[in-house]
Amino acid sequence: MSKLKAKAWRNDATAKVTGRAKYTDDLKFVDMLHAVPKYTDHVHAKITGIDTSVAENCEGVVCVITAKDIPGQVYWGQIQKDYPMLAQEKIRTHGDVVALVVAATREQAIVAAGKVVVDVEKLPAVFNPKEAMHPDAPLVHEDKGTNIVVHHRVRRGDMKDGFEAADFILDEKFNTQFIEHAYMEPESAVCNPRPDGVMEVYGSMQHPFSTRRFTAAILGVPLSEVEVITVPMGGGFGGKDDTAAIVCARTALAAQITGRPVKMTYDREWSIRESYKRHPYVIQYKMGVSKDGRITAVQTSMVTDAGAYCSVTPWVTWRSTVQCCGPYKVDHVHADVYGVHTNNVFTGAMRGFGSPQVNFAIEQLVEMAAEKVGMDPIAFRRKNMLRQGDTTVTGQVLDTHTVSLDQVLSNVMNEIDYVQKLKRCTYGMSDSDEEYGIGLALSYRGMSLGAEGVDFCSAIVNVQADGSILLETGIHENGQGSESVMILVLAEALGVKKERIRYRRPSTSTIPDSGTTVASRGTLMGSGAVTKAVDQLKAVFAEGLAETLECGESDIQFKDEKILSTSNNKWISFEEGVSILFSRQMYPFAMGVFKAPRVSWNEENGQGDAYFTWVYGCQAVEVTVNKKTKKVKIINAVASHDIGKAVNPPMLLGQIYGGMAMGLGYGLSEEVVIEQGVIQNTNFHKYKILRATDVPEMTGIIVENHDPRSPIGAKGIGEPALEITAPAAANAVKRALGIRSHSIPIKVKEMLNKEV
Amino acid sequence: MKTIINGVKISLRAEWFDKDLLDFLREDLDLTGAKRGCGIGVCGTCVILINELPVQACKKTVADIVDMTVLTIEGMSNKDDPLHPLQQAFIDAGAIQCGFCTPGMVLTAHAFLLKNNCPSREEIRKAIKGNLCRCTGYQQIVDAIEEAARHYRK
Repeated sequence: MSKLKAKAWRNDATAKVTGRAKYTDDLKFVDMLHAVPKYTDHVHAKITGIDTSVAENCEGVVCVITAKDIPGQVYWGQIQKDYPMLAQEKIRTHGDVVALVVAATREQAIVAAGKVVVDVEKLPAVFNPKEAMHPDAPLVHEDKGTNIVVHHRVRRGDMKDGFEAADFILDEKFNTQFIEHAYMEPESAVCNPRPDGVMEVYGSMQHPFSTRRFTAAILGVPLSEVEVITVPMGGGFGGKDDTAAIVCARTALAAQITGRPVKMTYDREWSIRESYKRHPYVIQYKMGVSKDGRITAVQTSMVTDAGAYCSVTPWVTWRSTVQCCGPYKVDHVHADVYGVHTNNVFTGAMRGFGSPQVNFAIEQLVEMAAEKVGMDPIAFRRKNMLRQGDTTVTGQVLDTHTVSLDQVLSNVMNEIDYVQKLKRCTYGMSDSDEEYGIGLALSYRGMSLGAEGVDFCSAIVNVQADGSILLETGIHENGQGSESVMILVLAEALGVKKERIRYRRPSTSTIPDSGTTVASRGTLMGSGAVTKAVDQLKAVFAEGLAETLECGESDIQFKDEKILSTSNNKWISFEEGVSILFSRQMYPFAMGVFKAPRVSWNEENGQGDAYFTWVYGCQAVEVTVNKKTKKVKIINAVASHDIGKAVNPPMLLGQIYGGMAMGLGYGLSEEVVIEQGVIQNTNFHKYKILRATDVPEMTGIIVENHDPRSPIGAKGIGEPALEITAPAAANAVKRALGIRSHSIPIKVKEMLNKEV
Repeated sequence: MKTIINGVKISLRAEWFDKDLLDFLREDLDLTGAKRGCGIGVCGTCVILINELPVQACKKTVADIVDMTVLTIEGMSNKDDPLHPLQQAFIDAGAIQCGFCTPGMVLTAHAFLLKNNCPSREEIRKAIKGNLCRCTGYQQIVDAIEEAARHYRK
């Protein structure tokens, strides 16, 4: 049976379904050259010499670029400027690039890259973050004097009191793995040195403004001399931030040095080798629980591998800190979260951003606690979960929006028939080879950037003389459908048909820096900016049309393609209104800015109003596990998320399904295997993302408790959709086999062997 | 020696025969709808149809299309015509996000529906098993193919 209901709409769908959408690697410029990166076989080594002479004489080669050719900054980064655009004195990880080879064709550049000779003195390396914390460990960055990148903490209540009030204490350790974003489009950039002196950058990236900063830094030019232009992007999931910016910056360097357009497109193997991964965590939890099923205290220590470079590790680990107890009320909390350098591939932003790791642990831990107390895990959750007006572990009172944990939990339990299905779970006692289990997980998530940094966004609405409308925003189309959402928000706010509106892809030269399109902030921040722009635009219309409509400015409304007066029912068409404005020399033009409401944070004790709003979600998964084949089959998945307001429901469901599929892969199959700093699975035959046959039929239930702090009431879905699927699957596997996995990806064979 | 690509006859030179077919389509013919996602024939973003059978262009050479009929995504619909019902179904079902897998996915589904115009959802999933999608979780893609099947029954 087809489940098609409301037809989906997005502005770029026709271009994409016909193959006409041009992604970065599809672009060509006259006289264009090709660049490729040169890697070495080392993971930690001092560079003593780079000989490019043979490579330079290879057929088609125009130049070989090394760090000494960089006119601007060699080191850059979003937080710490520790990433070498080209490795200079030292190799710190296997993905380090020491040179760029630029040639007439990509094939020629690849051949020549093999001829670049790099002489090194090997250095002792460190691959385990706990070992890297030791004072005697080899330093990845000597100038930092330590491998510890960051240490966040939460100090709340009194641990002695908390544990004294406990009747049971759980002490459990969990491990999560490195995973790859696996966007289908590998990194690509095309840079065109324009005659006006501006470096034009086309690239597959989700943060054009950061890309511009990286590019301007390496070139040593002002921001105004780099124009980053948005083109369709083949997926990002947080992964097209730093690495993508670096690929663009290096390509721009090659274009500046040669004075010609240059393209650099990555092979999948280069992409997986060099790009940052999701942080793997080692998490230790001590939880105190009273006989009546109340969590009395949580002490936790988390250590994560930052790899060789800082990237956004301080921000990723901060979210783990804020959300260290899951969506539960705990009065006594002591949490330490460390990010530590090693010589492994660096780690950075990935959909979920420090919460999937914590959720994997805490959503199993609460079930273990319930078991210990002899309570139903759902009742245990209901007893401890945050409710309206409750205070989070960082001291934030949740009273500015609807706290809907109970609602999403009930939705999922009803839809999947949880109570009945719980009775069917086999706990390893099935008569056949097939075991069955169901599990769920619950979360809350701080929206947007929170106290990570400045959080604001702009939108420009430019109504043309014929009544057609151009819209641009600082939110980037990553594939999620942000442009369509912005169009729908504008159409609704201005009372016009969406067909009137054309989304103009902005460049970094046309719209103010609106930050990065991550953190599930696109709809929330972008719709806020569009709303602010519409408010200003309406004021322009009101001023220009009050006389025509013979009413006061405050009487004017916008509805059904009309501009009307509520005081006398006079109206004119939207076109007529625009025409009158132009005749009066008034531009129907506005730029709106939405600034995130105030947040606060005290780094010393980890207390503060971390995020200006939160979302709530619940997911349940059903599995069968075959004891013979040791395979887990996912047979059903249901999600319910409170996202404030659904602007484009079919695309919102798409985010939920896609997030759950990615979350199931995280829980059950995906793992970047690294041996002595070298990634072993650099393509999709060995790095297994889920295929259509691995994914079950899914159901998404949307909850819309409008958020008063969001101008249209909407929040976000990108990350919530992924962050609890793995623990739901883990809880299901537990009920199928009767044993629990403390690590992901869940390996049934190892679990069963351990039991024997 | 010739081939027919999207209904257009193209003469092929013997010196092109060893060329990677995906490069030939993308670089020489500017048919950039087929994408390079993995380069080793496991992701399906470069799927095209040769004599109505889906193949990964990155695993083929120009020699493989001699005297064959090739369909790429650019040939599924003309610029001025309405979209092919399968393409329209992809749009209506919300089966498109980043769009990078879409051309290969549409062509794989097209070849499948030509053979089986009344498929179960499970059969559809098997048919697109070779095409990776990281955005959608496949559900709305399966919806689209299921919905489009009726147009292949006419």
